[in-house]
Amino acid sequence: MLSRVIHARGLARTFRKRKQEVHAVVGVDLDVAEGEIVGFLGPNGAGKTTTLRMLTTLLEPTAGTATVAGCDLRVDPVGVRRRIGYVSQSGSTAPEARAGEEVVDHARLYGMSTAEAVERGQRLFGELDLDGLWERQPKAMSGGQRRRLDIAMGLIHQPGLVFLDEPTTGLDPQARANLWQHIRALREERGTTVFLTTHYLDEADALCDRILVIDHGSIVAEGTPDELKSQVGGDVLTVTVERPEQAPQVAELIGRLPGAEPAQLLGDRVVGRVPHGGRALVELVRALDAAGVVVSGIESRRPSLDDVFLGLTGRSLRESGAAGPAAPAPEVAVR
Amino acid sequence: MSTLLRDTGIVFSRAMRMSLRNPAWLVISLMQPILYILLFGPLLEPLSGQLGPGNAYQIFVPGILVQLGMFGALFVGFGLIAEWRAGVIESQRVTPASRTALLLGRVLRDVVVLLVQGTLLVVVSIPLGLRAPVLGVVLTLVVVALLGAALAAVSYALALTLKSEDAFAPLLNAVVFPVVLLSGILLPMSLAPGWLQAISDVNPFKHVVEAAREFFVGGYGTSTAWWGVAMTLLLVVLGWAFGVRRFRRESA
Repeated sequence: MLSRVIHARGLARTFRKRKQEVHAVVGVDLDVAEGEIVGFLGPNGAGKTTTLRMLTTLLEPTAGTATVAGCDLRVDPVGVRRRIGYVSQSGSTAPEARAGEEVVDHARLYGMSTAEAVERGQRLFGELDLDGLWERQPKAMSGGQRRRLDIAMGLIHQPGLVFLDEPTTGLDPQARANLWQHIRALREERGTTVFLTTHYLDEADALCDRILVIDHGSIVAEGTPDELKSQVGGDVLTVTVERPEQAPQVAELIGRLPGAEPAQLLGDRVVGRVPHGGRALVELVRALDAAGVVVSGIESRRPSLDDVFLGLTGRSLRESGAAGPAAPAPEVAVR
Repeated sequence: MSTLLRDTGIVFSRAMRMSLRNPAWLVISLMQPILYILLFGPLLEPLSGQLGPGNAYQIFVPGILVQLGMFGALFVGFGLIAEWRAGVIESQRVTPASRTALLLGRVLRDVVVLLVQGTLLVVVSIPLGLRAPVLGVVLTLVVVALLGAALAAVSYALALTLKSEDAFAPLLNAVVFPVVLLSGILLPMSLAPGWLQAISDVNPFKHVVEAAREFFVGGYGTSTAWWGVAMTLLLVVLGWAFGVRRFRRESA
Protein backbone atom coordinates (compact mmCIF):
# COMPACT_ATOMS: atom_id res chain seq x y z
CA MET A 1 0.00 0.00 0.00
CA LEU A 2 1.38 3.34 -1.01
CA SER A 3 1.50 6.01 1.61
CA ARG A 4 -1.56 8.13 2.13
CA VAL A 5 -1.35 11.74 1.07
CA ILE A 6 -4.78 12.66 2.35
CA HIS A 7 -6.23 11.15 5.49
CA ALA A 8 -9.36 12.83 6.81
CA ARG A 9 -11.72 11.76 9.57
CA GLY A 10 -15.02 13.35 10.45
CA LEU A 11 -14.24 16.55 8.60
CA ALA A 12 -17.20 18.89 9.03
CA ARG A 13 -18.06 22.48 8.40
CA THR A 14 -21.01 24.44 9.69
CA PHE A 15 -21.78 27.94 8.47
CA ARG A 16 -23.90 30.46 10.25
CA LYS A 17 -26.27 32.25 7.98
CA ARG A 18 -28.73 34.68 9.54
CA LYS A 19 -28.68 32.87 12.86
CA GLN A 20 -29.38 29.59 11.12
CA GLU A 21 -26.85 26.80 11.25
CA VAL A 22 -26.07 25.41 7.84
CA HIS A 23 -24.26 22.10 7.77
CA ALA A 24 -22.40 22.20 4.47
CA VAL A 25 -20.27 19.17 5.28
CA VAL A 26 -21.37 16.87 8.07
CA GLY A 27 -18.49 14.44 8.49
CA VAL A 28 -16.27 13.32 5.67
CA ASP A 29 -13.84 10.41 5.99
CA LEU A 30 -11.48 10.04 3.09
CA ASP A 31 -8.14 8.56 2.20
CA VAL A 32 -6.13 9.19 -0.92
CA ALA A 33 -3.00 7.19 -1.73
CA GLU A 34 0.07 8.58 -3.41
CA GLY A 35 -0.17 8.67 -7.19
CA GLU A 36 -3.94 8.24 -7.32
CA ILE A 37 -6.33 10.27 -9.40
CA VAL A 38 -9.42 10.57 -7.24
CA GLY A 39 -12.67 12.10 -8.39
CA PHE A 40 -14.92 13.83 -5.90
CA LEU A 41 -18.37 13.68 -7.38
CA GLY A 42 -21.58 15.33 -6.35
CA PRO A 43 -24.28 17.74 -7.47
CA ASN A 44 -23.95 21.46 -6.89
CA GLY A 45 -24.32 22.21 -3.20
CA ALA A 46 -23.44 18.70 -2.06
CA GLY A 47 -20.37 19.91 -0.18
CA LYS A 48 -17.65 19.28 -2.76
CA THR A 49 -16.13 22.73 -2.79
CA THR A 50 -16.48 23.16 0.97
CA THR A 51 -14.57 19.92 1.54
CA LEU A 52 -11.94 20.96 -0.98
CA ARG A 53 -11.55 24.35 0.65
CA MET A 54 -11.03 22.67 4.01
CA LEU A 55 -8.41 20.30 2.62
CA THR A 56 -6.57 23.22 1.01
CA THR A 57 -6.55 25.29 4.26
CA LEU A 58 -8.88 27.96 2.86
CA LEU A 59 -11.59 27.06 5.35
CA GLU A 60 -11.12 25.84 8.87
CA PRO A 61 -13.11 22.70 9.69
CA THR A 62 -15.57 23.06 12.54
CA ALA A 63 -14.91 19.43 13.44
CA GLY A 64 -12.72 16.53 12.47
CA THR A 65 -9.07 16.01 11.66
CA ALA A 66 -7.04 15.68 8.50
CA THR A 67 -3.49 15.14 7.42
CA VAL A 68 -2.72 16.51 3.99
CA ALA A 69 0.63 15.87 2.29
CA GLY A 70 2.09 14.82 5.63
CA CYS A 71 1.04 17.91 7.59
CA ASP A 72 -1.80 18.30 10.04
CA LEU A 73 -4.41 20.65 8.67
CA ARG A 74 -4.99 22.43 11.96
CA VAL A 75 -1.50 22.41 13.43
CA ASP A 76 0.54 23.21 10.33
CA PRO A 77 -1.60 24.82 7.62
CA VAL A 78 1.47 26.60 6.21
CA GLY A 79 3.19 23.22 5.78
CA VAL A 80 0.16 21.97 3.88
CA ARG A 81 0.19 25.08 1.66
CA ARG A 82 3.83 24.55 0.80
CA ARG A 83 3.18 21.00 -0.40
CA ILE A 84 -0.07 21.24 -2.29
CA GLY A 85 -1.24 22.91 -5.46
CA TYR A 86 -4.77 24.23 -5.79
CA VAL A 87 -6.49 25.13 -9.03
CA SER A 88 -9.75 26.84 -8.16
CA GLN A 89 -12.86 27.14 -10.23
CA SER A 90 -12.73 30.91 -10.26
CA GLY A 91 -9.28 31.27 -11.85
CA SER A 92 -6.09 32.60 -10.34
CA THR A 93 -4.80 35.49 -12.44
CA ALA A 94 -5.79 39.11 -12.98
CA PRO A 95 -7.26 39.60 -16.47
CA GLU A 96 -4.99 42.59 -17.21
CA ALA A 97 -1.76 41.09 -15.89
CA ARG A 98 0.75 39.28 -18.08
CA ALA A 99 0.58 35.52 -17.79
CA GLY A 100 4.30 35.04 -17.15
CA GLU A 101 4.46 37.74 -14.49
CA GLU A 102 1.55 36.20 -12.61
CA VAL A 103 3.27 32.82 -12.62
CA VAL A 104 6.58 34.31 -11.46
CA ASP A 105 5.01 36.37 -8.66
CA HIS A 106 3.06 33.30 -7.56
CA ALA A 107 6.23 31.21 -7.51
CA ARG A 108 8.03 33.86 -5.47
CA LEU A 109 5.34 33.63 -2.79
CA TYR A 110 6.53 30.03 -2.39
CA GLY A 111 10.02 31.33 -1.75
CA MET A 112 11.52 30.76 -5.19
CA SER A 113 13.97 33.20 -6.71
CA THR A 114 12.87 35.10 -9.80
CA ALA A 115 15.34 33.27 -12.04
CA GLU A 116 14.19 29.87 -10.83
CA ALA A 117 10.55 30.92 -11.20
CA VAL A 118 11.05 32.08 -14.78
CA GLU A 119 12.85 28.88 -15.70
CA ARG A 120 10.23 26.60 -14.18
CA GLY A 121 7.37 28.71 -15.43
CA GLN A 122 8.58 28.64 -19.01
CA ARG A 123 9.11 24.90 -18.87
CA LEU A 124 5.55 24.46 -17.56
CA PHE A 125 4.20 26.70 -20.32
CA GLY A 126 5.86 24.35 -22.79
CA GLU A 127 4.41 21.25 -21.15
CA LEU A 128 0.93 22.73 -20.98
CA ASP A 129 0.88 23.91 -24.61
CA LEU A 130 1.10 27.54 -23.64
CA ASP A 131 4.17 28.30 -25.75
CA GLY A 132 4.36 31.92 -26.81
CA LEU A 133 1.75 33.08 -24.29
CA TRP A 134 4.18 34.26 -21.61
CA GLU A 135 3.48 37.93 -22.34
CA ARG A 136 -0.21 37.44 -23.11
CA GLN A 137 -2.88 38.92 -20.86
CA PRO A 138 -5.23 36.28 -19.42
CA LYS A 139 -8.21 38.26 -20.71
CA ALA A 140 -6.91 37.69 -24.25
CA MET A 141 -6.66 33.91 -23.80
CA SER A 142 -9.20 31.23 -24.65
CA GLY A 143 -11.02 29.44 -21.86
CA GLY A 144 -8.87 26.36 -22.28
CA GLN A 145 -5.65 28.36 -22.27
CA ARG A 146 -6.71 30.22 -19.16
CA ARG A 147 -7.48 26.97 -17.39
CA ARG A 148 -4.07 25.62 -18.33
CA LEU A 149 -2.53 28.84 -17.06
CA ASP A 150 -4.34 28.24 -13.76
CA ILE A 151 -2.87 24.75 -13.71
CA ALA A 152 0.60 26.17 -14.37
CA MET A 153 0.05 28.49 -11.39
CA GLY A 154 -0.94 25.50 -9.25
CA LEU A 155 2.07 23.43 -10.32
CA ILE A 156 4.80 26.07 -10.25
CA HIS A 157 6.20 24.90 -6.90
CA GLN A 158 6.13 21.24 -7.98
CA PRO A 159 3.62 20.01 -5.40
CA GLY A 160 3.17 16.27 -4.92
CA LEU A 161 -0.58 16.70 -4.48
CA VAL A 162 -2.81 18.84 -6.66
CA PHE A 163 -6.43 19.80 -6.06
CA LEU A 164 -8.46 20.66 -9.13
CA ASP A 165 -11.87 22.21 -8.53
CA GLU A 166 -14.18 21.54 -11.48
CA PRO A 167 -11.27 21.74 -13.93
CA THR A 168 -13.27 21.47 -17.14
CA THR A 169 -16.46 23.34 -16.30
CA GLY A 170 -17.27 25.77 -19.08
CA LEU A 171 -14.82 24.34 -21.60
CA ASP A 172 -15.78 23.10 -25.03
CA PRO A 173 -15.48 19.33 -25.69
CA GLN A 174 -12.16 19.63 -27.48
CA ALA A 175 -10.59 21.70 -24.73
CA ARG A 176 -11.94 19.24 -22.15
CA ALA A 177 -10.38 16.24 -23.87
CA ASN A 178 -7.13 18.16 -24.15
CA LEU A 179 -7.19 19.04 -20.45
CA TRP A 180 -7.85 15.42 -19.49
CA GLN A 181 -4.63 14.49 -21.25
CA HIS A 182 -2.74 17.08 -19.28
CA ILE A 183 -4.28 15.84 -16.03
CA ARG A 184 -3.29 12.27 -16.83
CA ALA A 185 0.21 13.46 -17.65
CA LEU A 186 0.49 14.97 -14.17
CA ARG A 187 0.44 11.49 -12.72
CA GLU A 188 2.29 9.70 -15.50
CA GLU A 189 5.14 12.15 -15.88
CA ARG A 190 5.44 13.64 -12.42
CA GLY A 191 3.87 11.07 -10.14
CA THR A 192 1.56 13.77 -8.84
CA THR A 193 -1.48 12.76 -6.84
CA VAL A 194 -4.61 14.43 -8.21
CA PHE A 195 -7.79 15.12 -6.29
CA LEU A 196 -10.43 16.64 -8.50
CA THR A 197 -14.04 17.62 -8.07
CA THR A 198 -16.45 17.33 -10.92
CA HIS A 199 -20.09 16.96 -11.65
CA TYR A 200 -19.40 15.43 -15.03
CA LEU A 201 -19.76 11.67 -14.84
CA ASP A 202 -17.94 11.03 -18.09
CA GLU A 203 -15.02 12.98 -16.69
CA ALA A 204 -14.92 10.91 -13.52
CA ASP A 205 -15.30 7.74 -15.56
CA ALA A 206 -12.54 8.61 -18.03
CA LEU A 207 -10.03 10.12 -15.66
CA CYS A 208 -10.28 8.73 -12.17
CA ASP A 209 -8.92 5.59 -10.54
CA ARG A 210 -11.36 6.00 -7.75
CA ILE A 211 -14.50 8.00 -7.15
CA LEU A 212 -15.96 9.39 -3.96
CA VAL A 213 -19.59 10.39 -4.15
CA ILE A 214 -20.73 13.14 -1.81
CA ASP A 215 -24.30 14.20 -1.19
CA HIS A 216 -25.84 16.36 1.52
CA GLY A 217 -22.44 16.87 3.05
CA SER A 218 -21.28 13.31 3.53
CA ILE A 219 -19.73 10.59 1.40
CA VAL A 220 -22.36 8.15 0.23
CA ALA A 221 -20.25 5.81 -1.89
CA GLU A 222 -16.73 5.16 -3.01
CA GLY A 223 -14.94 2.81 -5.36
CA THR A 224 -13.60 2.46 -8.86
CA PRO A 225 -16.00 3.48 -11.62
CA ASP A 226 -16.60 -0.23 -12.41
CA GLU A 227 -17.24 -1.14 -8.80
CA LEU A 228 -19.75 1.62 -8.47
CA LYS A 229 -21.53 0.61 -11.65
CA SER A 230 -21.74 -3.02 -10.59
CA GLN A 231 -23.41 -1.88 -7.37
CA VAL A 232 -26.40 -0.79 -9.38
CA GLY A 233 -27.10 -4.35 -10.48
CA GLY A 234 -29.17 -5.26 -13.49
CA ASP A 235 -30.16 -3.00 -16.32
CA VAL A 236 -31.77 0.39 -16.41
CA LEU A 237 -35.18 0.86 -17.97
CA THR A 238 -36.17 4.39 -18.91
CA VAL A 239 -39.64 5.28 -20.13
CA THR A 240 -40.49 8.77 -21.32
CA VAL A 241 -44.19 9.52 -21.31
CA GLU A 242 -46.09 12.01 -23.44
CA ARG A 243 -48.36 13.00 -20.57
CA PRO A 244 -46.57 13.41 -17.23
CA GLU A 245 -49.71 12.51 -15.30
CA GLN A 246 -49.30 8.98 -16.57
CA ALA A 247 -45.82 8.65 -15.08
CA PRO A 248 -46.96 7.17 -11.73
CA GLN A 249 -48.88 4.52 -13.62
CA VAL A 250 -45.74 3.62 -15.57
CA ALA A 251 -43.77 3.40 -12.35
CA GLU A 252 -46.31 0.97 -11.01
CA LEU A 253 -46.10 -1.19 -14.15
CA ILE A 254 -42.30 -1.27 -13.93
CA GLY A 255 -42.57 -2.26 -10.29
CA ARG A 256 -44.62 -5.31 -11.26
CA LEU A 257 -41.87 -6.67 -13.53
CA PRO A 258 -40.08 -9.72 -12.08
CA GLY A 259 -37.20 -8.72 -9.81
CA ALA A 260 -37.73 -4.99 -10.34
CA GLU A 261 -36.92 -2.38 -7.74
CA PRO A 262 -39.27 0.56 -7.12
CA ALA A 263 -39.01 2.98 -10.06
CA GLN A 264 -38.21 6.67 -9.74
CA LEU A 265 -40.09 9.57 -11.28
CA LEU A 266 -38.05 12.31 -12.92
CA GLY A 267 -40.55 14.65 -14.54
CA ASP A 268 -41.75 12.96 -17.70
CA ARG A 269 -39.23 10.14 -17.28
CA VAL A 270 -39.61 7.01 -15.21
CA VAL A 271 -36.43 5.11 -14.38
CA GLY A 272 -36.42 1.59 -13.03
CA ARG A 273 -33.97 -1.25 -12.58
CA VAL A 274 -34.57 -4.86 -13.55
CA PRO A 275 -32.33 -7.95 -13.64
CA HIS A 276 -32.79 -8.64 -17.39
CA GLY A 277 -33.44 -5.54 -19.44
CA GLY A 278 -34.25 -7.21 -22.77
CA ARG A 279 -36.87 -9.59 -21.45
CA ALA A 280 -38.41 -6.97 -19.20
CA LEU A 281 -38.68 -4.53 -22.05
CA VAL A 282 -40.95 -6.75 -24.07
CA GLU A 283 -43.21 -7.36 -21.09
CA LEU A 284 -43.29 -3.70 -20.24
CA VAL A 285 -44.24 -2.68 -23.78
CA ARG A 286 -47.17 -5.09 -23.67
CA ALA A 287 -48.29 -3.81 -20.29
CA LEU A 288 -47.99 -0.18 -21.33
CA ASP A 289 -49.99 -0.85 -24.47
CA ALA A 290 -52.71 -2.63 -22.53
CA ALA A 291 -52.90 0.25 -20.04
CA GLY A 292 -53.17 2.81 -22.85
CA VAL A 293 -50.10 4.83 -21.78
CA VAL A 294 -48.77 7.16 -24.47
CA VAL A 295 -45.01 6.63 -24.59
CA SER A 296 -42.58 8.87 -26.45
CA GLY A 297 -39.48 6.82 -25.68
CA ILE A 298 -38.40 3.61 -24.06
CA GLU A 299 -34.98 2.06 -23.60
CA SER A 300 -33.02 -0.54 -21.69
CA ARG A 301 -29.29 -0.07 -21.12
CA ARG A 302 -26.34 -1.02 -18.98
CA PRO A 303 -25.97 1.18 -15.88
CA SER A 304 -23.84 4.34 -16.04
CA LEU A 305 -22.35 6.38 -13.23
CA ASP A 306 -25.40 8.58 -13.46
CA ASP A 307 -27.53 5.61 -12.46
CA VAL A 308 -25.18 4.97 -9.58
CA PHE A 309 -25.74 8.50 -8.53
CA LEU A 310 -29.46 8.33 -8.98
CA GLY A 311 -29.61 5.15 -6.93
CA LEU A 312 -27.55 6.71 -4.16
CA THR A 313 -29.09 10.13 -3.95
CA GLY A 314 -32.44 9.94 -5.70
CA ARG A 315 -31.23 12.74 -7.93
CA SER A 316 -29.80 12.66 -11.40
CA LEU A 317 -26.42 14.29 -11.50
CA ARG A 318 -27.00 15.29 -15.07
CA GLU A 319 -30.01 17.34 -14.09
CA SER A 320 -28.49 19.06 -11.13
CA GLY A 321 -25.35 19.91 -13.06
CA ALA A 322 -24.46 23.49 -13.87
CA ALA A 323 -24.75 22.79 -17.59
CA GLY A 324 -28.46 22.15 -17.59
CA PRO A 325 -31.30 24.60 -17.06
CA ALA A 326 -32.93 22.19 -14.63
CA ALA A 327 -34.37 23.00 -11.24
CA PRO A 328 -31.72 24.64 -9.06
CA ALA A 329 -30.18 22.35 -6.48
CA PRO A 330 -30.16 23.75 -2.94
CA GLU A 331 -26.95 25.64 -2.30
CA VAL A 332 -26.31 23.77 0.92
CA ALA A 333 -28.10 21.05 2.75
CA VAL A 334 -29.96 22.39 5.76
CA ARG A 335 -30.51 20.02 8.59
CA MET B 1 9.51 38.29 9.95
CA SER B 2 11.78 38.12 6.94
CA THR B 3 9.11 36.22 5.01
CA LEU B 4 6.60 38.90 5.98
CA LEU B 5 8.86 41.58 4.48
CA ARG B 6 9.70 39.50 1.43
CA ASP B 7 6.08 38.57 0.76
CA THR B 8 5.03 42.17 1.30
CA GLY B 9 7.59 43.23 -1.29
CA ILE B 10 6.27 40.71 -3.82
CA VAL B 11 2.66 41.74 -3.29
CA PHE B 12 3.62 45.43 -3.40
CA SER B 13 5.60 45.20 -6.63
CA ARG B 14 2.85 43.20 -8.30
CA ALA B 15 0.21 45.73 -7.25
CA MET B 16 2.38 48.68 -8.26
CA ARG B 17 3.16 47.18 -11.64
CA MET B 18 -0.52 46.56 -12.34
CA SER B 19 -1.39 50.13 -11.37
CA LEU B 20 1.34 51.70 -13.47
CA ARG B 21 0.34 49.66 -16.45
CA ASN B 22 -3.13 51.16 -16.45
CA PRO B 23 -2.71 54.53 -18.21
CA ALA B 24 -6.29 55.71 -17.59
CA TRP B 25 -5.89 55.13 -13.87
CA LEU B 26 -2.55 56.92 -13.89
CA VAL B 27 -3.89 60.06 -15.62
CA ILE B 28 -7.05 60.24 -13.52
CA SER B 29 -5.32 59.74 -10.22
CA LEU B 30 -2.78 62.47 -11.00
CA MET B 31 -5.31 64.88 -12.49
CA GLN B 32 -7.72 64.73 -9.57
CA PRO B 33 -5.66 66.65 -7.02
CA ILE B 34 -4.65 69.21 -9.64
CA LEU B 35 -8.27 69.82 -10.61
CA TYR B 36 -9.18 70.43 -6.99
CA ILE B 37 -6.53 73.07 -6.64
CA LEU B 38 -7.20 74.74 -9.99
CA LEU B 39 -10.99 74.69 -9.93
CA PHE B 40 -11.79 75.12 -6.24
CA GLY B 41 -8.83 77.02 -4.80
CA PRO B 42 -9.60 80.35 -6.53
CA LEU B 43 -13.07 80.37 -4.94
CA LEU B 44 -11.51 80.61 -1.52
CA GLU B 45 -9.04 83.40 -2.26
CA PRO B 46 -11.50 86.27 -1.63
CA LEU B 47 -12.67 84.60 1.59
CA SER B 48 -9.22 84.12 3.06
CA GLY B 49 -9.64 86.95 5.57
CA GLN B 50 -12.51 85.16 7.30
CA LEU B 51 -10.88 81.76 7.28
CA GLY B 52 -8.22 82.28 9.89
CA PRO B 53 -4.47 82.74 9.89
CA GLY B 54 -2.48 82.32 6.68
CA ASN B 55 -3.56 82.69 3.09
CA ALA B 56 -6.35 80.75 1.39
CA TYR B 57 -4.04 77.98 0.16
CA GLN B 58 -2.55 77.46 3.60
CA ILE B 59 -6.05 76.54 4.75
CA PHE B 60 -7.28 74.83 1.64
CA VAL B 61 -4.30 72.62 0.67
CA PRO B 62 -3.99 70.74 3.98
CA GLY B 63 -7.72 70.01 3.88
CA ILE B 64 -7.50 68.69 0.34
CA LEU B 65 -4.49 66.57 1.30
CA VAL B 66 -6.47 64.93 4.08
CA GLN B 67 -9.41 64.45 1.75
CA LEU B 68 -7.08 62.84 -0.76
CA GLY B 69 -5.93 60.45 1.95
CA MET B 70 -9.52 59.59 2.81
CA PHE B 71 -10.99 59.20 -0.67
CA GLY B 72 -7.92 57.67 -2.26
CA ALA B 73 -7.69 55.03 0.43
CA LEU B 74 -11.35 54.25 1.10
CA PHE B 75 -12.06 53.35 -2.49
CA VAL B 76 -9.18 50.90 -2.98
CA GLY B 77 -11.47 48.06 -1.95
CA PHE B 78 -13.12 48.11 -5.36
CA GLY B 79 -9.89 46.86 -6.91
CA LEU B 80 -9.75 44.07 -4.36
CA ILE B 81 -13.28 42.91 -5.20
CA ALA B 82 -12.23 42.62 -8.85
CA GLU B 83 -9.14 40.66 -7.81
CA TRP B 84 -11.20 38.42 -5.59
CA ARG B 85 -13.60 37.71 -8.43
CA ALA B 86 -10.71 36.77 -10.72
CA GLY B 87 -9.54 34.26 -8.10
CA VAL B 88 -6.32 36.14 -7.36
CA ILE B 89 -6.95 36.50 -3.63
CA GLU B 90 -7.72 32.84 -3.19
CA SER B 91 -4.74 31.73 -5.25
CA GLN B 92 -2.50 33.91 -3.06
CA ARG B 93 -4.10 32.48 0.06
CA VAL B 94 -3.18 28.91 -0.79
CA THR B 95 0.49 29.89 -0.92
CA PRO B 96 2.51 29.88 2.30
CA ALA B 97 2.70 33.69 2.10
CA SER B 98 1.89 35.62 5.25
CA ARG B 99 -1.76 36.76 5.30
CA THR B 100 -0.65 40.10 6.69
CA ALA B 101 1.71 40.53 3.74
CA LEU B 102 -1.18 40.14 1.31
CA LEU B 103 -2.76 43.19 2.96
CA LEU B 104 0.42 45.13 3.70
CA GLY B 105 1.79 44.90 0.16
CA ARG B 106 -1.39 46.35 -1.29
CA VAL B 107 -1.67 49.10 1.32
CA LEU B 108 1.95 50.09 0.69
CA ARG B 109 1.15 50.57 -2.98
CA ASP B 110 -1.77 52.82 -2.02
CA VAL B 111 0.41 54.85 0.33
CA VAL B 112 3.05 55.39 -2.37
CA VAL B 113 0.33 56.54 -4.76
CA LEU B 114 -1.04 58.93 -2.12
CA LEU B 115 2.35 60.42 -1.44
CA VAL B 116 2.98 61.05 -5.13
CA GLN B 117 -0.44 62.65 -5.54
CA GLY B 118 -0.01 64.71 -2.38
CA THR B 119 3.42 65.97 -3.37
CA LEU B 120 2.12 66.89 -6.81
CA LEU B 121 -0.78 68.75 -5.24
CA VAL B 122 1.55 70.81 -3.06
CA VAL B 123 3.90 71.58 -5.97
CA VAL B 124 1.02 72.74 -8.17
CA SER B 125 -0.27 75.01 -5.39
CA ILE B 126 2.98 76.91 -5.02
CA PRO B 127 2.66 79.04 -8.18
CA LEU B 128 -0.95 79.76 -7.18
CA GLY B 129 0.14 81.32 -3.93
CA LEU B 130 0.76 78.57 -1.38
CA ARG B 131 3.39 79.54 1.17
CA ALA B 132 4.08 77.03 3.91
CA PRO B 133 7.10 75.72 5.87
CA VAL B 134 8.69 72.62 4.34
CA LEU B 135 8.62 70.80 7.67
CA GLY B 136 4.91 71.48 8.01
CA VAL B 137 4.24 70.09 4.54
CA VAL B 138 6.33 67.00 5.22
CA LEU B 139 4.59 66.36 8.55
CA THR B 140 1.22 66.71 6.84
CA LEU B 141 2.20 64.22 4.16
CA VAL B 142 3.28 61.77 6.87
CA VAL B 143 -0.09 62.18 8.56
CA VAL B 144 -1.87 61.69 5.22
CA ALA B 145 0.17 58.55 4.52
CA LEU B 146 -0.70 57.11 7.94
CA LEU B 147 -4.36 57.99 7.50
CA GLY B 148 -4.32 56.45 4.04
CA ALA B 149 -2.73 53.25 5.38
CA ALA B 150 -5.41 52.96 8.05
CA LEU B 151 -8.32 53.60 5.70
CA ALA B 152 -6.96 51.40 2.92
CA ALA B 153 -6.73 48.52 5.38
CA VAL B 154 -10.34 49.15 6.41
CA SER B 155 -11.43 49.39 2.78
CA TYR B 156 -9.77 46.09 1.86
CA ALA B 157 -11.22 44.37 4.89
CA LEU B 158 -14.72 45.62 4.11
CA ALA B 159 -14.34 44.65 0.46
CA LEU B 160 -13.25 41.17 1.45
CA THR B 161 -16.26 40.88 3.74
CA LEU B 162 -18.85 42.17 1.28
CA LYS B 163 -17.31 40.83 -1.95
CA SER B 164 -19.73 42.88 -4.03
CA GLU B 165 -19.42 46.34 -5.55
CA ASP B 166 -23.16 46.77 -5.22
CA ALA B 167 -22.95 46.46 -1.46
CA PHE B 168 -19.63 48.25 -1.05
CA ALA B 169 -20.47 51.46 -2.94
CA PRO B 170 -23.56 52.48 -0.92
CA LEU B 171 -21.77 51.67 2.33
CA LEU B 172 -18.87 53.96 1.39
CA ASN B 173 -21.17 56.75 0.31
CA ALA B 174 -23.19 56.51 3.48
CA VAL B 175 -20.07 56.88 5.60
CA VAL B 176 -17.89 59.19 3.53
CA PHE B 177 -20.29 62.06 2.93
CA PRO B 178 -21.22 62.94 6.50
CA VAL B 179 -17.62 62.40 7.58
CA VAL B 180 -16.29 64.79 4.91
CA LEU B 181 -18.97 67.42 5.53
CA LEU B 182 -18.27 67.34 9.27
CA SER B 183 -14.51 67.43 8.91
CA GLY B 184 -14.09 71.02 7.81
CA ILE B 185 -12.10 69.95 4.79
CA LEU B 186 -13.69 72.36 2.36
CA LEU B 187 -14.27 75.21 4.83
CA PRO B 188 -13.02 75.35 8.42
CA MET B 189 -15.53 74.28 11.05
CA SER B 190 -14.79 77.53 12.89
CA LEU B 191 -17.26 79.15 10.47
CA ALA B 192 -20.00 76.79 11.62
CA PRO B 193 -22.71 77.52 14.21
CA GLY B 194 -22.16 76.05 17.65
CA TRP B 195 -24.33 72.96 17.31
CA LEU B 196 -22.60 71.95 14.07
CA GLN B 197 -19.19 72.45 15.64
CA ALA B 198 -20.23 70.26 18.54
CA ILE B 199 -21.17 67.45 16.20
CA SER B 200 -17.98 67.81 14.22
CA ASP B 201 -15.92 67.58 17.40
CA VAL B 202 -16.62 63.85 17.62
CA ASN B 203 -15.39 63.34 14.07
CA PRO B 204 -11.75 62.26 14.31
CA PHE B 205 -11.09 63.44 10.76
CA LYS B 206 -11.89 67.01 11.74
CA HIS B 207 -9.02 66.90 14.23
CA VAL B 208 -6.71 65.48 11.59
CA VAL B 209 -7.63 68.32 9.24
CA GLU B 210 -7.05 70.92 11.95
CA ALA B 211 -3.66 69.43 12.77
CA ALA B 212 -2.66 69.58 9.10
CA ARG B 213 -3.67 73.26 9.02
CA GLU B 214 -1.57 73.91 12.11
CA PHE B 215 1.42 72.26 10.43
CA PHE B 216 0.96 74.47 7.38
CA VAL B 217 1.27 77.63 9.46
CA GLY B 218 4.19 76.24 11.46
CA GLY B 219 2.27 75.40 14.63
CA TYR B 220 4.04 72.14 15.49
CA GLY B 221 3.81 72.17 19.25
CA THR B 222 0.19 73.21 19.66
CA SER B 223 -2.35 70.97 21.30
CA THR B 224 -4.45 71.08 18.13
CA ALA B 225 -1.53 69.61 16.19
CA TRP B 226 -0.85 66.78 18.63
CA TRP B 227 -4.52 66.02 19.12
CA GLY B 228 -4.77 65.46 15.35
CA VAL B 229 -1.67 63.29 15.30
CA ALA B 230 -3.05 61.24 18.19
CA MET B 231 -6.31 60.77 16.31
CA THR B 232 -4.41 59.63 13.23
CA LEU B 233 -2.45 57.09 15.24
CA LEU B 234 -5.64 55.84 16.85
CA LEU B 235 -7.18 55.38 13.41
CA VAL B 236 -4.06 53.52 12.28
CA VAL B 237 -4.25 51.12 15.21
CA LEU B 238 -7.98 50.51 14.81
CA GLY B 239 -7.86 50.26 11.02
CA TRP B 240 -4.98 47.82 11.07
CA ALA B 241 -6.41 45.68 13.81
CA PHE B 242 -9.58 45.36 11.76
CA GLY B 243 -7.79 44.79 8.45
CA VAL B 244 -5.29 42.24 9.68
CA ARG B 245 -7.95 40.34 11.57
CA ARG B 246 -10.10 40.13 8.48
CA PHE B 247 -7.22 38.96 6.28
CA ARG B 248 -6.20 36.29 8.76
CA ARG B 249 -9.69 34.92 9.04
CA GLU B 250 -10.00 31.75 7.06
CA SER B 251 -13.23 32.33 5.21
CA ALA B 252 -12.11 35.67 3.76
